[in-house]
Parts: sequence; C-alpha cells; structure tokens
Amino acid sequence: MTANTDNIFDIVIVGAGAVGCAVARELSGFDLKIAVLEKESDVAAGTSGRNSAVVHAGFNNKPGSLMAKLCVEGNEGFEKVCSQLDVPYKKTGKLIVAFDESDFAGIDQLMENGRKNGVKGLEFVDAHTVKKLEPHVGGIGAMLSPNTAITSPFIYTVALAENAAQNGVEFYFETEVNGISKRDGLFRLTAGKRHFFSRYIINSAGLYSDRIAALAGDKGYEIHPCRGEYFILDKRTSQYLNMPVYPVPRPGLGGLGVHLTPTVEGNILIGPSAEYIKSKSDYSATKGVMDQLFKEAKELLPALEMKHIIRSYTGIRSKLVGPKTGGYGDFIIEESGVVPGLVNLIGIESPGLTASVPIGRMVRDIIAGREELVPKKDFIAERKGITPFRELTLEQKEKLIKECPEYGEIVCRCEGITKKEILDAINNPLGVTTLAGIKYRARPMMGRCQGGYCLTRIVDILKEQKGIEPEQVTLRGNNSKLFTGRVK
Amino acid sequence: MLINKDLIIVGAGPAGLAAAVEARKRGIDDILVLEREPVAGGILNQCIHDGFGLIKFNEALTGPEYAKKYMDEADGMGIELITNVMVQDLSSDKAVTTVSPDGIRSYQAKAVILAMGCRERTRGAICIPGTRPAGVFTAGVAQNLVNIRNVMIGKNIIILGSGDIGLIMARRLTLEGADVLAVVEKLPYSSGLQRNITQCLDDFGIPLLLSHTVTNIEGRERVTAVTISRVDEKGNTIRGTSKKYDCDTLILSVGLIPENELSLNAGIEIDHVTGGPRVDEKLQTSVPGIFACGNVLQVHDLVDYVSAEGELAAGSAAEYIGGGLGSSTADGCSSVDVGINSEDKGPNGENPLSYEKMAVRAGRGIRYVLPQTIRPGKAVTFSMRVVKPDREKTVCFIAGDRIIKKRKYTALNPAEMIRMDLSQNELKDVSELEVCIYED
Repeated sequence: MTANTDNIFDIVIVGAGAVGCAVARELSGFDLKIAVLEKESDVAAGTSGRNSAVVHAGFNNKPGSLMAKLCVEGNEGFEKVCSQLDVPYKKTGKLIVAFDESDFAGIDQLMENGRKNGVKGLEFVDAHTVKKLEPHVGGIGAMLSPNTAITSPFIYTVALAENAAQNGVEFYFETEVNGISKRDGLFRLTAGKRHFFSRYIINSAGLYSDRIAALAGDKGYEIHPCRGEYFILDKRTSQYLNMPVYPVPRPGLGGLGVHLTPTVEGNILIGPSAEYIKSKSDYSATKGVMDQLFKEAKELLPALEMKHIIRSYTGIRSKLVGPKTGGYGDFIIEESGVVPGLVNLIGIESPGLTASVPIGRMVRDIIAGREELVPKKDFIAERKGITPFRELTLEQKEKLIKECPEYGEIVCRCEGITKKEILDAINNPLGVTTLAGIKYRARPMMGRCQGGYCLTRIVDILKEQKGIEPEQVTLRGNNSKLFTGRVK
Repeated sequence: MLINKDLIIVGAGPAGLAAAVEARKRGIDDILVLEREPVAGGILNQCIHDGFGLIKFNEALTGPEYAKKYMDEADGMGIELITNVMVQDLSSDKAVTTVSPDGIRSYQAKAVILAMGCRERTRGAICIPGTRPAGVFTAGVAQNLVNIRNVMIGKNIIILGSGDIGLIMARRLTLEGADVLAVVEKLPYSSGLQRNITQCLDDFGIPLLLSHTVTNIEGRERVTAVTISRVDEKGNTIRGTSKKYDCDTLILSVGLIPENELSLNAGIEIDHVTGGPRVDEKLQTSVPGIFACGNVLQVHDLVDYVSAEGELAAGSAAEYIGGGLGSSTADGCSSVDVGINSEDKGPNGENPLSYEKMAVRAGRGIRYVLPQTIRPGKAVTFSMRVVKPDREKTVCFIAGDRIIKKRKYTALNPAEMIRMDLSQNELKDVSELEVCIYED
C-alpha cells in the first residue's frame, strides 16, 4: 500500500491510553490530520483503565521532577477538564495515615516534598480528626491532602478520545504497530497489512513505549512491568470510606502501598500490590497477593469482610526503574535525540492519569517548537457523556422516560442502568461494540451480580441495534468471543 | 399519583405466583404482581429439564410446565400482573416505587410479599486467581444462554461447584455436543441433589472431583486452560496436586444469594446465614406487613416447597390486611374473610405486637432453621439444612431439657432441605426452642 490522502497524517499517536487521548484532544485543537493507533479494541485498555482512579495532588513525587510539576498542574486543572467533558470527578481529599511513631518521619518527608512541589493545603491532622474524617479507619495521625480527588479513569479517557474524535481525530483499534520506517521525512507505520504515514509519531504506547521507540530506531529504553492487583468491593461498603486512605509509603516499593480508595460510583478499591513481572501482558490475579491485599486492607479498615469483594482486577505499571533500584523514575517527554519527529512519552506511570492533560500541552509545545500550529476555528471544547439515570430525581426520571421510554427499561438491576444508557454506550462515537466497551461506558455488569442479570439482555440489544449476531460478540475484541456457536 | 393496593407481590416466579393465587383464594381482591421480565414464571422458564412438581402435583413437569399451571390459575382469577417493570424502591411503610417504559409509579400497599428470588455467586466473589478472559459463566447465565437464547457457550468445559444448576448444565451441554471434562467440588461431598448426580453426571460418564477446586484461569482473550487442585479439609490447596486442563469454558455453580437489595432498603433485618430476611412462623419479616417467600427467603432445593412457602406468606398477608398479625391498618377490609382475632393475640390475650416472639436456635449440626422466630402456641412448619452429610442420625427439637419432636433420617445431606411440622400441641408451653442433630 502506498501513501495517499487517506493514510497520510500529520501526526500518528501510538496508544489510546489516557495520555495518548489527552495528546489527541490537545492537538485536535489545531489544523492537523491526526490518527490514534491502538492495539487493543478500545481506549484505556492498559494501565489507564487499571489503576486507583485517584487524581493525585503531587506530594509523592521528587521535587524538581517532571512528575511533580505535571502532577501539580494536572491536579489544578482536572476539575475543569472533567466539567468540560462530562466526566465524574469528586474532590474527596486524601489521608496518609500513620500507624506508629516511625511513620511520622515519612509524613514529614511528604509534607516537605509537597511544599517544594507547590502542593496546596497539606496539613497534619491528629488521631481525633482522622476519626472524624474517617470513622472506620484507625491510625494515630495523618497527613490530609485536601486537593486529592477521584475520577473515573475509563470515562475520562473515553471522554478525551470522543472529544478528539469530535474534532476530527481518527481512531484505529485492534491496530498493533509492528513496523516503523522513515523516508523523505515521512514515517511509515505498519500494522498488519495496513500502513499509516505521518510526519510525527507520538509514542504514548505505555508498557510498549520502549518497543515503539525501538521500532522507530530509538533503542535506548526499557520498560519494567510492575503488576498491581486490586479488589473491588460492593457498594454497600461505601459507608465505610469517604476518601482515599493510604499508608505511609515505604522506600523502595514499586508503588504507594496497598490503599483504600472510594470510587466515584460508590465502591471501594483495595490495592494495588507491586510486583515486578516478566510479561507485559500478564494481568493474572494471584492467590498470594489476593490474600495479602485483603489482610493489609483490613488493617486500614477493620470493618471489611471477604463477602464484600465483588471482583478483582490488575494493572501493570510501565516503569523505567527496574526491581533493583525500585521507587520511581521520572517521565520522559521529549523528542527523540536520534529519530527526529518521534516524540517519546515513556515511563508514564502514576501520576500519569493526573498529568495527562499537561503532558498533552507539553507535546503540543514540542510540535509548536518545530512548526507553526494553526488553531482550529471550529474546535469543540465540550463533550456530553451518557446520562446516568440512577442519579436523577424521580421527577427527572419521569421526564426522561416520557421523552424516551427506553429510560424506563432497567437492563442492569444492580447498578440501575437503563436500556437507553446501554444504547448510548453501544452507539458511542468511537464505534466500540465490545462487551467491555459497553460495560465501562455505561456500567452494566459492574455490580454485585457481575452481569448475571444483564449479560443476556445486552447480547439481545447488540443484535437488535447493531445486527451483531451472538457468535460475533466479544468481550474485548480480537478472539475474545463469548460464544462458540448455536445449539443443535 | 399514589396508587393504593391491598397486596403487592414483588416477583412473578414460582413463589410470587403461588402467593398471588393463594391470596386471591383467601379473599384478597386488590392484588398487584410486579415482574421485571416480559413474562411471568421466573427462573422456571429456563429450566427446561423435568422433575418439577413431584410433590405438589405428583408428576414430573418441566420448569415452564410447572410455571404455566400457576400462570393459568392466576390468569383465570384475573389477578393483575405487570411485566417489564422494575421495583426501584420499597420503604418500611410499604410504599413501592417502580420504573417501566410507562414511567415511574408510586404505590401504597397494605401488605407486601417479597418474592424476588436469588442471584448467583460469581467468580469475583470467590476470588479465583488468574486472568479474566471470555468464557467464564455462572451456571444460571449459561442455562439462560443455551435454553432461551440458543447459543452455545463453549466446547470444552469445566464446571466448578456441584450445585444443582451446575449438574443440570453438565448434562445439557453434553447433550448439545460439548465435552464436559469434569465437575469440580471443593467440599468432600456434592452440594447438589443425589438424583441430579446420578442423572446428569453418572449417566454421562462425567467425573465429579470432590475436594478439588479451580486454582487458576488462563487465557488472554478466551479461556485456554484452568488449573484444578486438591484441597484439604480446611479448603486449602494441597501442594503438588495441581493439574492443568485445556478448555475454553469455565462454568461456576458456586452458590446462590437471596436477592435482598430491596429488603435492605426497607430496613428489613437479614439473617447472615440464610442471606434472606429473618421471619416468624407467618413468614413476616422484621417490618410488619412485609412477608417473604421462595428463594429470596432461603435457597430451596425443590420448587414445590417454594410454592408452599408462597402460599403460607399469602395466607399471612391476608391475615395482616384483615387486621391481624399486629396490623394497624384494619380499615376498609371488611370484605376479607379471615378470622383472626383471638388466635393472634398473645398467650394472655395482649396486643399481638407486644408479646415476645421466641427465637429458634440452630444447634449442633444444623446450619440454619427457618422461621428464626415463632409465636408460642402455634403449629409451625420448620425448614432447615444440616451442616454436613451424615447417616442414621436423628433431628431433634428440644425445648429446655425436653425433646418435643424427633425424626430419624437414614441420610442427611446439606443439599436437601429438611422440613418438619410441629403441631400446636407440641409447641404448647414452649418458651425456648433449639433444633439439633442428636447422636443416638
């Protein structure tokens, strides 16, 4: 295949995680032809959709680092982005709890880091205040970070991507880049039998960003996958927790320690563990870690019980520092020194979600440093999400059902998701029709029965709406088919 | 607009239908049955195998046939049934809010019967390690997909849990051409009925691996293998016993959980062992005027008992609507011919609500007993389950130091619900009651 107007882009972004989509959205404000190539079947399929969903304040990061700077910037702007893009956001604050005297040194260190990084509002609170803020959590004192917030990382990434798509960005899923060459100033990216040509490549491939850089000729990076496992708890536990509660981080750990985080939907997350693994695609949950997670979480919140667990999930951190060093490296956000036109975003682990929009701006500035960017006159800055019926008043519900009776059909009993919301999810602007895509957009199958009630109904709706036969329904695209055929 | 009803029944499965029919027979005219599915019948609609109704009708019916008997009867009585409607909220004063394509409706009932059934325990709840690919189904979902949607869910299948639905699905999938490699049970005994083990596994040569569990799931997109390991008496995996089975599907039949989200909204007290509301011998929950029956109350082995429970709940609801059982709303129900009065007063004729209900204790060898409380001096049908399988043992009701009833069983099995009737006479002058397994 040769280059033609269809497959020549100004910019190809590799990877549709939060960062890739934030870059896409930022650049979609300019007169540029942009494509996003994603090897999975949807956005946020990797680390972006598998984390604690916390909008960090920036006190954990090393003063002077890009991580610290972009995290603080990201935190400050996050609420606005969420309101523009109709993304759930809740400024809960966060507690770093001390359980014995030795933890106070760690808290002092965090306060000092926070001060240097420009984090606002950090304060030490005594055991009495901890009790008042979080009656079910123990501890002898804590650092309170009032600006820490929670969001939905999946909806956030979807929203960025949809807004980018509204502004002309093209998304290609199940498109894994396996070859990159360059001729006459134009990159050629090969994905299976398809080719994409582009003047710039934004390498936001997360765990595989080292590989994409190497394919393009920049061989100096190695990502060390570090797995974190989580549990999700039943919404009935939401009474136990108001804000993220973390232990004081231990030096050398690959993460921040097992913590408890309320979600914007009212569940609690337990996790993550931190375990360096060999494979970048091994999302297994493991018995030993599962047992340990629960044990540690119970130390933070004694009211927890095993029966509260409704699901586990795992994410993998894309770390630049290996197991020998431990701790955190820094984000790499720069044009490659050896391959001009390749912009590397490497080692984007936590707080990458928080920092994603500022990272997008940095990428914009890198491009703007090489050529003039012309702002799009008709840029659309806002995006509307799926209306969550369950959160409305009775009057609002009544009105919506009158306008559209499909709001009156509850498809997912546990989460109270209506057929209209499922339809909106199925008809999403990115064209994703996988079960996971529907699940993350509208929340069916995410409750305590895990699809026991609604899975069959969603299969029906996919057929009715999109003509997708049951045999074609996949969980996450590719070969993740749900069914093997028809009965005799 | 508030719509008044004498009796609202939530759920038109076997419990709800039986309750509706019985309530009408007891003279309650103003009945509304709410059902979220497009048709009544509940889970029976997907149970196309036979064996239903052996006790109730003395014949082996399929699930839909059993349901149809009640549907026809309810229909013939002109009982109001609304389908495609979800009950969104239930309050302790028996206000019911529903959502349907017709809008939001608010009802005020004099009495409510909960008959919402149960849901299945999932993979997440039992924390099976491994990846999370396509190809893991709970048995009931699998049954729905195969029997109602007519899709095949896999070719090489492992079933975890020997609950009845899992056993039924082992046979069903085999008949559809799948290779069911094994049914795996963590306990040293099956949690399904013996007849199902014989008819669904033995007859098809499907191995039942007792004291084994699934310890890993593999596969990135679709299941490619599961690991099965032996467990000790405490349920811990025994090292060196793991065996990997190549397969594309894992079915879970690992327990049913009464669906009591609505009950919790209404402030109804839940029994942590049964997962259902705590009830008295009238199947009245901790909230006066709200009754529970069927799988929302306790998970049953046989549908025949579900129907019986529905009938009992309906009789009680009728009494309540007629002003009995501590009801304070004995107005406008004069047409209801339910003689209560003296019978429902306390032993000394006091106000029915003011006397103490007596707790029934599940003693040695008994996992739970229902009802959890009784009023003194009434005939009661108790249902209970034992902790573990046993042979040649006696189930005893003990009041203080006195055995008031006992029955010997050649075999006791946790999968089978035990039902025992105690007469008014047997329960006379009883002030404490425990049921236990007695060593002869």
